[in-house]
Amino acid sequence: MFVKRVPDTESKIKINHETNSINEEGLNFVLSPYDEYAVEEALQIKEAKGGQVTVFSVGSEETKTILKKCLAMGADEAVLINDDEGETFDGLRTAKIIAKVLKTKYTEFDLLLFGKQSVGADNAIVPSMVAAILDLPQVTVVTKLELEGNTGSAHREIEGAGEKVIFSLPAVISAQKGLNEPRYETLKGIMAAKRKEIPVVTLAELGFQSEELEVKIELTKMESPPAREAGKIIEDEPGEAAKKLAEFLRQDVKVI
Amino acid sequence: MILVYMECRDGKIKKSSLEVLSEAKRRGEEMSMEASAVLVGHGVDALAPEAFRYGASKVFILDNTLLSRYSPSGHAQALVSLTEEIKPEIFLFAATSMGKDLSPRLAARLGVSLAPDCIQTANKDGKLEVKRPIFAGKAFASFTFKTSPQMATLRPNVFPLIEPVDSQGETIKKEVVIREDQVKDKVAEVVKAEGADLDVTEADIIVTGGRGMKGPENFDLLRELTAILPHSALGASRSAVDAEWIDHQHQVGQTGKTVSPSLYMAFGVSGAIQHLAGMSSSKFIVAVNKDPDAPIFKVADFGIVGDLFQVIPPLKEELKKILSE
Repeated sequence: MFVKRVPDTESKIKINHETNSINEEGLNFVLSPYDEYAVEEALQIKEAKGGQVTVFSVGSEETKTILKKCLAMGADEAVLINDDEGETFDGLRTAKIIAKVLKTKYTEFDLLLFGKQSVGADNAIVPSMVAAILDLPQVTVVTKLELEGNTGSAHREIEGAGEKVIFSLPAVISAQKGLNEPRYETLKGIMAAKRKEIPVVTLAELGFQSEELEVKIELTKMESPPAREAGKIIEDEPGEAAKKLAEFLRQDVKVI
Repeated sequence: MILVYMECRDGKIKKSSLEVLSEAKRRGEEMSMEASAVLVGHGVDALAPEAFRYGASKVFILDNTLLSRYSPSGHAQALVSLTEEIKPEIFLFAATSMGKDLSPRLAARLGVSLAPDCIQTANKDGKLEVKRPIFAGKAFASFTFKTSPQMATLRPNVFPLIEPVDSQGETIKKEVVIREDQVKDKVAEVVKAEGADLDVTEADIIVTGGRGMKGPENFDLLRELTAILPHSALGASRSAVDAEWIDHQHQVGQTGKTVSPSLYMAFGVSGAIQHLAGMSSSKFIVAVNKDPDAPIFKVADFGIVGDLFQVIPPLKEELKKILSE
């Protein structure tokens, strides 16, 4: 299970133009919404078939709060992969770090679950990249997952339809909304999570050469979306309003 | 060379891939690079002329029976050898479900990063610069690449198609070396969703319902509008989806889809910040809502303060009248 700490979706995003980054002051950071579906799925699989759920996150010390949440939801173990680089938008860099952890330290697993994307960077590329590096099957944007012995089938969303994908384990799955209904943490879970230690893995102990983790995609500019000009608001009676709207669609929008 | 991946569905090249090819052609002329296309699958060579019509000077064919159904690992495997051999400076995909699934797998195999879901490309001193929404559109970020090929996916429905021309180019068939065990994730079947022909990410017009729709049965009113309006799709706000009035695949916003259609029509949508982020880059926005203070009116080009149930029936008639003229 791989999760990320992100500003909640209520956040207004302000840009610091000097540093070309998001102004984090006053933002409330949470477990990325799609990750909740991944955590829930992992817990349900454990409840049905046994096994152990370990949650990983690549991030700063503050990331421990969302790892605690995952523990409170019922995960057995949480591990912080400490990286103070902040948001790089470089999905390959994150994927390399995760893959290295799985190759060197936590080598036994049947399933790697991710949220389909982090809310914020909106990359949606790390799961496929991890699958590529580890040479594993992948199914992304999954709304239904079934495992049977050593094989699985997953339903993924595509434009106006769905695909049923079959694969063998171990595999990489990324969770879409609809996969399940994430549970809330229980008080008992929160208390138990407080007592659990969160081991920290450093990039140095993973044995990376410094150039391996250079950011390969360069942020040249960050800007706010262009402000929309206020349009025309009418309060006519419905028949008249509908007529004006139809006229607007024909004359101005030119879609009909 | 700018290489473009041609996504094939139901024996046709997807429009979003032709949009990417059109953009590659435009940018390529500026950057003195030719635009070329690659088709992956089985029996796909018949589609090459379509790629030539939209600006490809070369079309590479990767044909193998093992690739007849989409598989991210299998398709990436086939594309790795081609990319390493012909070394395109830029490799572009459409940001569709397939493009977003396949391109990062390929990028990681090639050891490069990727900028997904871009809405603008530019020539920056001979290098590609792309702009993309982050935080579902609450901000935009531009990127250049330090590795080659420079890889990006482009959002459907944003880049205009070029005028197709009757042009011929070079079709190059490449042998695909692939073993069955390298196809690790196979699409066993495609399940059509009920009554959803067009996805919101691909539509020119989106007709969206929010909490003001009051119940699942009333979405039929919006379906009737999508039946009248050309190339349109049905959207929904998060509250309508969470109330289980409509399936999540229709959801627009920060935990749904980010869209940029020509026209976005919001009925009974208040306009929460997460929703506005996902649709504010629409070209035109129309809103109908009872509440004059609804935030949606702040981004609307045309707003009606009123009861959507009273506005939609006469609107349907007016639209039919105009369309029959």
